[in-house]
Amino acid sequence: MGIGSIIFLLLVGAASWLFARNIMRVRRNILLGKDEVINDRRSERWAVMARVALGQSKMVVRPIAGFLHIIVYAGFVIINIEVLEIIIDGIFGTHRVLSFMGGFYDFLIGSFEWLALGVWLACAIFLVRRNIIKLKRFVMKELDGWPRTDANLILSTEIALMTAFLLMNAADWSLQQRGAEHYTAAGAFPVSSVIASALSNCSIASLILIERICWWFHIIGILAFLNYLPYSKHLHILLAFPNTWYSKLKPKTEIANMERVTGEVMSMLDPSVQPPAPAVPRVVAGYEVADRFGAKDVFDLSWKSLMDAYSCTECGRCTSECPANITGKLLSPRKIMMDTRDRMEEVGKVIDAKGKWEDDGNSLHTRITEEELWACTTCNACTQACPVNIDPVNIIVEMRRYLVMEESKTRPALTSMFNNVENNGAPWAFGPDRRMEWTES
Amino acid sequence: MSKPMQIRTMAEYAAGGEIPEVLFWVGCAGSFDDRAKKITKAFVRILNAANVKFAVLGQEESCTGDPARRAGNEFLFQMQALTNVTVLNGYGVKRIVTACPHCFNTLKNEYPALGGTYEVMHHTQFINALMKEGRIKVEGGSFKGKRITFHDPCYLGRGNNEYEAPREVLLKLDAALVELKRSKQNGLCCGAGGAQMFKEAEPGKREVNVERSEEALAAEPAVIAAGCPFCNTMLTDGVKHFNKEGEVKVLDIAELIAQAGEL
Ligand code: SF4
Ligand code: SF4
Repeated sequence: MGIGSIIFLLLVGAASWLFARNIMRVRRNILLGKDEVINDRRSERWAVMARVALGQSKMVVRPIAGFLHIIVYAGFVIINIEVLEIIIDGIFGTHRVLSFMGGFYDFLIGSFEWLALGVWLACAIFLVRRNIIKLKRFVMKELDGWPRTDANLILSTEIALMTAFLLMNAADWSLQQRGAEHYTAAGAFPVSSVIASALSNCSIASLILIERICWWFHIIGILAFLNYLPYSKHLHILLAFPNTWYSKLKPKTEIANMERVTGEVMSMLDPSVQPPAPAVPRVVAGYEVADRFGAKDVFDLSWKSLMDAYSCTECGRCTSECPANITGKLLSPRKIMMDTRDRMEEVGKVIDAKGKWEDDGNSLHTRITEEELWACTTCNACTQACPVNIDPVNIIVEMRRYLVMEESKTRPALTSMFNNVENNGAPWAFGPDRRMEWTES
Repeated sequence: MSKPMQIRTMAEYAAGGEIPEVLFWVGCAGSFDDRAKKITKAFVRILNAANVKFAVLGQEESCTGDPARRAGNEFLFQMQALTNVTVLNGYGVKRIVTACPHCFNTLKNEYPALGGTYEVMHHTQFINALMKEGRIKVEGGSFKGKRITFHDPCYLGRGNNEYEAPREVLLKLDAALVELKRSKQNGLCCGAGGAQMFKEAEPGKREVNVERSEEALAAEPAVIAAGCPFCNTMLTDGVKHFNKEGEVKVLDIAELIAQAGEL
């Protein structure tokens, strides 16, 4: 085994170890949330996952972006088949070990090349949309700083990876043409053979150098990318699958019942019913989470809301359909998801550093203001638009519950609405005795 | 329009040992809001014309709790819901129809978890069924050939996947049905949901109902059809904002049918 193979093995091993650690960290953070059992209607769940995540059914609602995204996505998945061969070649020092498949191999390599070109072009167009055309949903304030860099970094990296892939093939093809040792003829190169004409003046030694550099760049790039995912919105390429499987299948406008409240209300309405025993405090990361109504912090949200936050692609489709945002209100459902993720990461970092969670005096409410929460009409345009079936409304409602039931913070007009409902059984100041007045005139 | 309405309460049915075909859940807007009361009456005329044996709860009806739950007051919601469920189950109610998509959503989707399971229909679904069964007939009438556009209520459309019933009913008017730019799944909210109806809007550039009404007016309709008392109020205000109330009417589907059929 050559030195190259050893370095290669070490790299793959280290990257896999890091990746596993990152994924465990993401998993731990998601499980900071409250338990919620989601395993009903399983066949429907598989179907939703196949349609929405695999089939990208909600991406193509916007045809141009949808089409380009499918190219990048297909390219990403399919070209990674090639990684299998790269790994085997890397370990055994072989050249295109799968070429024994003959014509089929040629077909594969040929289609990878077309796809790579497609991905390259699509990413370039995406960059233009973000940075030159400046589509509104990509220039909003909540993307300032890291999120915008993140998006551009991903697109540039994809372009660099595809360039390396095609250049590697071009050098390889040139070497095959010249009958260089080790580079036995294998594969079809519809795209890179064109690029290869630019390499016609290179010596065999420099061709080998180009091929090797690109080969290493490509594989190191992929390994680095893998470990970049957990820090990026790009995590959606993995989480889109479980996240859509765990989609809300109930009617969009249905708000889940708080069973904890039911027991208390029943005992209020009927004194013979025993009030429920106080809940046993939940211990998360060595920290006793107070049992409270609604969501103050990430611990109070369902784990599914936290998975939602990690799955968010920051595409802003939700925000661009949100009536509150369209009319200039502070609320942006995308920002709700980004803030939730950022808070979860913040909590996770403390746990990483101290081995347990210690209250830092902040919460979800430090990031998400009342003004944002009270602007929501619960219209569900956001959940409809989201390509990975994220539900920002659930977080908004849980946070409102905390404001109202724990902090008595609400809007003045809502307080009078509450009073009216409580006293008159209607949101306005009309008593039940007037319920039939409409029949009279 | 002059025939007196036939309305009986659930208590009256029970006293006579009778069971109505369906309970008409009037809702708070339908009971107290002057504009929405007209919708209630139009729907009653349709029910009467179709000889539907329906009951109302009258004084025994109370807010479903929808705005309280959406505004985060789960206690108040459950107080309302559990009280209503006791009343409904006490009468053995099986079928409910309501002209309010918010009541519809709450009764249909949220009461089962609190012991109240009923077959719940939105009035556009009910009217559509009556038409299909031939219990009421409406042909064109005064709306024949007029441009009508329909604003999907979020709680009926996106919320409960009902886009067709209101449109099927509207087609019976022989009108020219024009779709809004944002319609069905992509319909834009009127701005009232999530308890917004009962509060000032948060600061912003404009009101949601103005945004939506502008879009509706761009379709140059004679009538903007609504299926929700809150949407109705929001759109009526929005049309006034553009000083178009003389040319463009905002009418509930029940009102359109009652007028067209001269019920
Ligand atoms: S449900 Fe709320 S956050 Fe979502 S689109 Fe509607 S107003 Fe915006
Ligand atoms: S919540 Fe969904 S629609 Fe909104 S930005 Fe995230 S991925 Fe996009």
